[in-house]
Amino acid sequence: MADTLQFDLVAPERRVASERALQVVIPGFEGDLTAMPKHAPMITTLRPGVLEVFTEKGSQKYIVTGGFAEITSDSATVLAERSHAVEEVTKEMIEEMIAAARAAHLEAKAELVDASAKMLADMVAMGSRMGFEPKN
Amino acid sequence: MPSLKDLKNRIGSVKNTRKITKAMQMVAAAKLRRAQEAAESARPYAEQMQKVMSGLAASSTGAANAPRLLVGTGSDKVHLLVVMTAERGLCGAFNSSIVRMARVRINDLIRQGKTVKILTVGRKGREQLKRDFNELMVGHIDLSEVKRVGYDDARGIADDVMERFKVGEFDVATIFFSRFRSVISQEPTAQQIIPAVFDAPEAFSTIYSFEPTEGEIMAELLPHGVATQIFAALLENGASEQGARMSAMDSATRNAGDMIDRLTIEYNRSRQAAITKELIEIISGAEAL
Repeated sequence: MADTLQFDLVAPERRVASERALQVVIPGFEGDLTAMPKHAPMITTLRPGVLEVFTEKGSQKYIVTGGFAEITSDSATVLAERSHAVEEVTKEMIEEMIAAARAAHLEAKAELVDASAKMLADMVAMGSRMGFEPKN
Repeated sequence: MPSLKDLKNRIGSVKNTRKITKAMQMVAAAKLRRAQEAAESARPYAEQMQKVMSGLAASSTGAANAPRLLVGTGSDKVHLLVVMTAERGLCGAFNSSIVRMARVRINDLIRQGKTVKILTVGRKGREQLKRDFNELMVGHIDLSEVKRVGYDDARGIADDVMERFKVGEFDVATIFFSRFRSVISQEPTAQQIIPAVFDAPEAFSTIYSFEPTEGEIMAELLPHGVATQIFAALLENGASEQGARMSAMDSATRNAGDMIDRLTIEYNRSRQAAITKELIEIISGAEAL
């Protein structure tokens, strides 16, 4: 059996997933990163995006927004403010999130404009990766 | 001496009351189970959050540019009390015990010369506090339309509180809610959320690398931490409310039963008395002939 790590995906309201995984692709703040067994311990914040976990049975995608991931040599724990399995996600949900991000961007104060623009762009990118092209 | 008809009516109405309290008790029991499950499933997130935050806090408290949510404004003149109660009554001392605790704290703070501001969540607490501290109320958050509290509700409250903090409305924020111990025991609790306090700040045992920097992660996570604490408090409160209502309605049902027994005895006695009286009248009438 190949090396696995304990993967937990936790949302405030429930534990979304908890399983042994071969590798986990996490949308980190500075870019996607892949957690595999014996990864150096690290903590990163998340950007909105698609998280993909590979187990021996196959792979599963989740969307995550806001939160952080803690990676140690034998576990990856992701705390996301919102998290859904890709199958549960509807076009309306993505559009609602993008609309919220866009509204936040429009009323953001000077020092936050960049951050909210990035957030908006990430949301849109997440949407198009899911195959939902946002209407402008 | 109430007439037979009056007694019968009273027994009838107490019976109806008993039916209602019994039904409310059963509804509360069902809701309690759901509330407990919700509180249970929110725990892993809160625990993990707390662990990472206290690790980060331990290593960044000393830093010169530590976020204000963590270290505070450097003064403690203005206190914001977030009092969380239920939207509805008929749950025993649940609401009043939270309000009582808040009231004691308010009077304490005023005596120490601090400024107090009150933000209420839940109608019942607002009604009770308005009588004494109307001029201290700065806001109210209405959750009466919310069927099931979700993280977004907590986030809304947290955003409101943090917005006020950012514009310098207060220095210290404390939430008041009831911790769920068991169906018969709920414990009113005060918990300081801003500046953040940790039971035992301990540095990480592993050396992590951070992306972005530790300070930025901390700044990003602190608002989440506040929201998480409020969310946990809301869930605890929800479970406590249902637990309190369940035991209050249980004793109400029992009391109604006792009352029905007493009234039934009284009813039977008066009925007997009336029969005896009639008999005496008949007999003495017959003797007079």
